[in-house]
Amino acid sequence: MSSGKKGWKELEIGCVVTEPGSAASYKTGDWRSEKPVRDNTKCIKCGICYIYCPDMAIKEDEEGYFEADLYYCKGCGICAHECPSGVITMVEEVEEEKEEEEKEKR
Amino acid sequence: MEKYSLFVPRLITTEENFAPGHRACVGCGEALAVRHVCKALRKNVIIVNATGCIEIFSSLLPLTSWRVPWIHTLFENVGAVVSGIESAYKARIRKGKIQDRGVKFVGFAGDGGTSDIGLQALSGAMERGHNFLYCCFDNEAYMNTGIQRSSSTPYGAWTTTAPFGKESIGQMTWKKNMPEIVVAHRIPYVATACPSYPFDLMDKVKKGIEVEGPAYLHILSPCPTGWQYPPNLTIKMGLLAVETGMFPLYEVIDGEYRLSFDFPKLKPVQEYMKEQRRFRHLTEDIIEKIQEKVDEEYLKLMEKVR
Amino acid sequence: MTKGRLVGLEGSFAVAEAVRMANVDVISAYPITPQTHIVERLAELIANGELDAEFICVESEHSAMSACVGASAAGARVFTCSASQGLELMHEVLYIPSSMRLPVVAVTANRALSAPLSVWCDHSDAMAIRDIGWIQIFAENNQQAFDLTVCAYRIAEDKKVLFPAMIHIDGFYLSHVVESMILPDEEEVAHFIPDYVHPFVLDPENPVSMGCFGPPFIYPEAKKAQEVDLENTKPKIQETWNEFGEIFGRHYLPVETYKMDDASSALLTMGSSGETAMLAVDEMREEGKAVGLIRLRLWRPFPFKEFREAVKDVELLVVLDRAISFGMGGPVCSEVKSALYDKRKDLNIVGYIGGLGGRDITVEGFKYMINRALAYPEKEEEFEIIGVRE
Repeated sequence: MSSGKKGWKELEIGCVVTEPGSAASYKTGDWRSEKPVRDNTKCIKCGICYIYCPDMAIKEDEEGYFEADLYYCKGCGICAHECPSGVITMVEEVEEEKEEEEKEKR
Repeated sequence: MEKYSLFVPRLITTEENFAPGHRACVGCGEALAVRHVCKALRKNVIIVNATGCIEIFSSLLPLTSWRVPWIHTLFENVGAVVSGIESAYKARIRKGKIQDRGVKFVGFAGDGGTSDIGLQALSGAMERGHNFLYCCFDNEAYMNTGIQRSSSTPYGAWTTTAPFGKESIGQMTWKKNMPEIVVAHRIPYVATACPSYPFDLMDKVKKGIEVEGPAYLHILSPCPTGWQYPPNLTIKMGLLAVETGMFPLYEVIDGEYRLSFDFPKLKPVQEYMKEQRRFRHLTEDIIEKIQEKVDEEYLKLMEKVR
Repeated sequence: MTKGRLVGLEGSFAVAEAVRMANVDVISAYPITPQTHIVERLAELIANGELDAEFICVESEHSAMSACVGASAAGARVFTCSASQGLELMHEVLYIPSSMRLPVVAVTANRALSAPLSVWCDHSDAMAIRDIGWIQIFAENNQQAFDLTVCAYRIAEDKKVLFPAMIHIDGFYLSHVVESMILPDEEEVAHFIPDYVHPFVLDPENPVSMGCFGPPFIYPEAKKAQEVDLENTKPKIQETWNEFGEIFGRHYLPVETYKMDDASSALLTMGSSGETAMLAVDEMREEGKAVGLIRLRLWRPFPFKEFREAVKDVELLVVLDRAISFGMGGPVCSEVKSALYDKRKDLNIVGYIGGLGGRDITVEGFKYMINRALAYPEKEEEFEIIGVRE
């Protein structure tokens, strides 16, 4: 988080933060131990997963399906639990390196 | 989900005035509640926030999750700070220094910052009749400092300062009825809400900011960390709290009670409590005692509704 | 060039007049003796339409300062006042306008702290808040209560300052005593104080987040910025007082000297006791003693340079503290010693504590202090509390 290391002269007066929503740069997706996997053939596009995500990590795509934003998704599993059509399954998050290895092996 | 509203999520604004990248716990009900409230508030607001979970997970320097003007000062003074901001705008509009753009003033605090340390300031602000909406995000303990008991902690619940043990069953007092205390201040709008019922919550927020004078919204915020349940059950916890009658959803509009959701038969409280480790130590007789109390309180509420 | 009219006013009413002429937007205060006349007069002015402001009758001093913080952050010119227990109740809130750089202007009617309960004057409440980061200025008479409050708005709200400012007036001695003073022309005062414009105001047109939380990686930087900026308010304070002097004819300095030119001993006072000390100095001069008086007006940020300059030729400095820091002694004396230690090891500094809880400080009392300090250069105790019956 290089932007945190400001010198005392660079701080805004009273430590006011002037850029609204700047926290959007922080990758909470790193926290995950499980990630949501979707089977859109079952999706009825109701938007329940979207409205129940505490991290605003579900976005609607052009076709009206809802995709998880893995940059922010913390893997809580609320979407999987609340989906009325069983579209989402929570799958264990595998470390990126291991995933690459597996891919190469295949 | 409310019976009529399966497809309503698509009709809600996609504006997120509470930005992602916040540091709330995995599955945090309070963060979800804040998200819903902010969707209903839109942009023309000023938010005053007490010290607590929300403030901490949304404002780690030098970043901020807020896309609307936001101020945090201390733990117990949201009522006073929002009074000051509302008065400032009132005076400056009247003196012609700024234009009246219908800016709304909103206070956010937890159960600690509302029913305990913040009660005095809130009471003063309501008595003086300032035009603001106050949202209490009730996760039923001082969660941010590590799950210590508050006056909003339910009877029998485990917390770190009222743990259960040989000599104690956990919380020895009944949950303070904060909405009733607010109703006694005779303000135009009081309501209870829960993020498991998002459209009901958002409707109530809109009503709260539109009303002239003080408005109060008590929002149950399920907490996987403090209530000790798997994070994916947050919505279910909220639903059960309402369906068992432990947290009924209602409004009090100019003193008139209106139930938001009525159930032909309430589910037994055990169904709600067994999923949370904070209640797991409770014996049958205590659960029965709790069930009796819940039934009694629900009856009293129903009487007021009629 | 003194403009205005000669009136007789209580210190409280002088302050209220200053606040009225400054055309504040929001007043939020809780009554406490001996400040009550200030809030009562302000409420009356508003009720009679002589001041257009919101008066928030808050339910405690903690809320009084909190509401001022909110109002100031929303762009309003604010005022509050308190004393003693009230000032202590708002203690944690006082840190906020200083660190969040909000120009709250407040007046404290200095009063002793409980227990035993006392409504009378001493400086304990002022000393208890000295570490917080407010600009603190002490008035010695009602004219200064008015003048310094007016200047406080211009100083605090200046873009190069943006710090809260506290004017201290001695409880009862100033707040409740009618003194003759010049009340300047209202329009001149209004003209002297420009509009308050904060660089960051709570406004949906330009959303900012105020009061975010600061872990160890950023907190020290925030504090250094605050301290450097507080130090740098000194030129602006003097500049404002100079301009005030040119327009209204009364000139103020951070450190005032009286008959110090050929003094070998000096008294140091803060607040209204300074005027009593002047009489004592006159009498001692007639007796042939080379005594002078230093009156400290700017308490925070401490005027090191001006203070060291004032004492440069004396051999004995007698400090009168109107408060006690238990276990340590007089707070002003301790700070004075600390300010002079590196520069003046030859100077004999003697500390007295007097006037606690409203006990009068007399001309005789000051003479006693000087004579005793001269007679016993080798002190036995760290300090002496004078005027106490055995």
